[in-house]
Amino acid sequence: MHLFKRRWMSRAGAVALAAGVALAGWVAPAAHAQQPIKIGFSMALTGGLAGAGKAALIAMEIWRDDVNKKGGLLGRPVQLVYYDDATQPASVPGLYTKLLEVDKVDLVVSAYGTNLIAPAMPIVMRKKLVFPALFGLGANEEFKYDRYFQIMPAGPEPKTDWSKGFFDLAMEQNPKPKTVAIVAADAEFALNAAAGARTNAQKLKLQIVYDKTYPPATTDFTPIVRAIQATNPDIVYVGSYPPDSVGMVKAAHEVGLKTKMFGGGMVGLQFAAIQKNLGPLLNGIVNYDFWVPEPTLKFPGIEEFLAKYQAVAKDKGVDPLGHYLPPWAYAYLEVLGQSVQATKSLDQGKLAAHMHKTTFDTVVGKVKFGKNGEWAQTRTLQVQFRDVAPDNLEQFAGPGKRIVLYPKEWKSGNIVYPYKQ
Amino acid sequence: MFSADLLANAVVAGLLLGGFYAAVAIGLAIVFGQLDIVNIAHPAFIIVGAYTAYILNSRFGFDPVLIGVAAAPIFFFAGAAIYRVYYAAFERTGQESLSGLAFFFGVMFIIEVVLILVYGVDYRLVQADYIGQSWRIGFVDFPLRMLVPFIVAVTLTAGVYAYLSRTFTGRAIQAVAQDRLALQLMGANPIRIKQWAFGLGIATAAIAGALLIIIGPVEPSVGRQYIGRVFAIVVLGGMGSISGMFIAALILGLVESVVATFMGPSWAPAVAFGVLLLTLALRPAGLFGR
Amino acid sequence: MKKISPFWVCAAVVLAAGLGFTQIAENEYYFTALYVILQALIMAVAWNILGGFTGYVNFGSAGFFAVGAYTSIALNKALVGLPLPLLIVAAAVICGLIGLGVGYLTLRLKGVYFAIATLAMAIVLETFVNNWSYVGGARGAYILTPESHLWFDSYIQMLFMLMLILAIGSVAISRKLNFSRLGRGLAAIRDDEVAAECAGVPTLRLKLVSTTVMGAMMGVAGAPYPFFVTYVDPLSAFNLFVAVNAIAMPMIGGTAHWVGPVIGALLVGSMQEIVKVNISSELNILIVGIMLVLFITLAPQGIVGLAQKYFRGRRR
Repeated sequence: MHLFKRRWMSRAGAVALAAGVALAGWVAPAAHAQQPIKIGFSMALTGGLAGAGKAALIAMEIWRDDVNKKGGLLGRPVQLVYYDDATQPASVPGLYTKLLEVDKVDLVVSAYGTNLIAPAMPIVMRKKLVFPALFGLGANEEFKYDRYFQIMPAGPEPKTDWSKGFFDLAMEQNPKPKTVAIVAADAEFALNAAAGARTNAQKLKLQIVYDKTYPPATTDFTPIVRAIQATNPDIVYVGSYPPDSVGMVKAAHEVGLKTKMFGGGMVGLQFAAIQKNLGPLLNGIVNYDFWVPEPTLKFPGIEEFLAKYQAVAKDKGVDPLGHYLPPWAYAYLEVLGQSVQATKSLDQGKLAAHMHKTTFDTVVGKVKFGKNGEWAQTRTLQVQFRDVAPDNLEQFAGPGKRIVLYPKEWKSGNIVYPYKQ
Repeated sequence: MFSADLLANAVVAGLLLGGFYAAVAIGLAIVFGQLDIVNIAHPAFIIVGAYTAYILNSRFGFDPVLIGVAAAPIFFFAGAAIYRVYYAAFERTGQESLSGLAFFFGVMFIIEVVLILVYGVDYRLVQADYIGQSWRIGFVDFPLRMLVPFIVAVTLTAGVYAYLSRTFTGRAIQAVAQDRLALQLMGANPIRIKQWAFGLGIATAAIAGALLIIIGPVEPSVGRQYIGRVFAIVVLGGMGSISGMFIAALILGLVESVVATFMGPSWAPAVAFGVLLLTLALRPAGLFGR
Repeated sequence: MKKISPFWVCAAVVLAAGLGFTQIAENEYYFTALYVILQALIMAVAWNILGGFTGYVNFGSAGFFAVGAYTSIALNKALVGLPLPLLIVAAAVICGLIGLGVGYLTLRLKGVYFAIATLAMAIVLETFVNNWSYVGGARGAYILTPESHLWFDSYIQMLFMLMLILAIGSVAISRKLNFSRLGRGLAAIRDDEVAAECAGVPTLRLKLVSTTVMGAMMGVAGAPYPFFVTYVDPLSAFNLFVAVNAIAMPMIGGTAHWVGPVIGALLVGSMQEIVKVNISSELNILIVGIMLVLFITLAPQGIVGLAQKYFRGRRR
């Protein structure tokens, strides 16, 4: 019994050894030729943020293919090395450590969302790596890391710049509004948006007549909207996540909310599926967005990119139009790639210096980073829904349904005010 | 800010919501209340029901409530099958409490993750003509999105109540928890009866799921938000009492709505659990328990 | 007397191995993975004290864990620079008190009512933390990695050794409880509480000891968490995955014996880490759920039970 086993084992060992040598001989010459440049990151491919994470990954892979078609970076092909963080912050330190120490990636970029960016910060800070980040409101405010670059165009004061446009628009109207209601979900982004709104309201000497939060598990928003209506606010600022945004809009319609401006910081109203479902209920709402297919925002390359994205995104369970996150996922790799080409190196210090001083040309237009890695100037758009027809996805693919009102340089139409009287 | 208008609307909204909560809790009221089986996965089955409604509604445009009712028999058989497994593994060997709980805990997670893997985490909604419309009587609003589920829930509760108290099987279900041996002597097979009851509980999940997705968007982890509410209702109502459960559901809906309107929505869930903890501490038998 | 030596020898060996590992290993990935596994181990051991030894199922493990984490955050904010061991002690005290409170409040509750009460308690705690703006409320809190990491090469290595010591400590406590007079009392409560009462076992006192120790241990597991993950918000601290693991690992390993949760945690924890980097993280929950259900239905005594049956069979 034993002898047979030993012979078997030695034979198996010999075969394995031979195979290994052969494989090494086959692989080795190929390895010498073109060492890829590896860009590592974790992305929420499952869990709460997976819808956005998967869309972002599609955009990032399009970038990789585009770059490789043009010969790669520094003459070497680009390879994306990534793991699924499942929207679990506790996974992130381990995944980034693995990327850096085991997979030995050359460059890193962030995951999507503050929850998943922050846990990676100590690691990238310790290794002094350039860190392009994908959304996350004010994620660098505590760390103050000088090699962090946020692609979301919130602006140098992210928390207040976010809602500044909404309030500036309101104050331009005649008569000026006097009262504001602020309502937000009890969760990270929404609370930050509401805090910013509060600061803006106080600066403009508006009276805050309603200022409450609600737990994310809320299903019925009619009591909330009714309570807001009871205070008769001139404008209503909402900070909410996709399901609550839907609930709020429907409840506003049911209750017949009468106010002069409604919207502000509602996440979800930028997603194609929700836009289609809510349809005409969206009309008149003024909300934030980052890119819409208006003539003033036709940046070179964006339409090409969206066409590629939309072709891939069909039946993948992600946003079919891809207007919200994908262009920015493409752009945050673009700025990294362009820096590598311009400095002709992978040296983190040189890359960071370049990214600080350069104005980049990307699919989302000109990108310039300023204080603390945020955008030097805000480009958080305030967009108003108009003439939306029911149950029609294609209408959002082109201009005319989401009119840009703010900032001035991207304006594509005038506000319809008031929302409802 | 305290006005009759606001109060009246808060009360009505609360009652409508409470009615819906009853539909959510009734399956557990049968299974836990009558049979002492702790099906913590009940909300997960409701989510499956919601997804069923979503799939058929988006593909064929059928009305969600009709889908729920049509799917109920399928859920019934699924429930019976699960009970078979549960019985074989636990009840027969007498291992119930600890293992049974953990069993359903595992089932809940499996359901949630499978849904996520298949459908992703995007919120799903249904389309129906009455969603978005609202009736107005005086200064009180009755959004149809809440009214229709309320009516269906009341019908469902009344139906289950009648079934349990009028039919042979129904009464046998009530009896099997009270005295198994006596039931056997009466000629009924307790295992069969329990299987029937469990199936019935899961069948209600099909309907409750359809109602859930009418009220608001659904994604796989939404079920977890209902675990606490559902148990709170069943415990507050009293084990074994369907009418108690219904009243407890109305109370919970009312409290949540009034607190959300007047105190601020962030305290609503804590209030619901406060009610639960208080009940457990002061009167574990609930309002109408046996 | 005979049983003590091998355990402590093993513990010393493990500790030395851990120290050695920190000196040799260049690759820090292993430390992050081991940290997560050790954290799960402490949670599993803690849960088992109340669940396996005493027979009371706790669904609110995430509550104790998160309060431990938030105690760290609150104290760190109030008195910056407090050394981590002190934060851990504070978390242990506070969570122990909460455990004591939970024990008192649930005096009359048995079985499933107790489990639901623990779930309710976890949600009440979460709502409270959500509204507590000092620790950031729902907005979350940032903990910047401190500068010093003693003689270790990096902060994560120090965290790893700390967790290793805590893990060995909790296993030692659990083992002590298992084989002591106290442990026999707990087992009596698990098997039949009424009979135990009649036999003179001070059930109330023992239950309170059980919930307090469990609470304190879970708080200890949670205290270093903010330093590991840098950003904590109530949603991720109170997440149900922690609670499921805390139940699944002891049930898979075997609840009656102190070594059960250790085996369960090492096995399931390692598997989860491997799956995370090779397949997909969401599958982790599916696998844990399936394993839990399979083990409960087919092998209710866990791996320890299977091993015991196997050895009993071989002896014949």
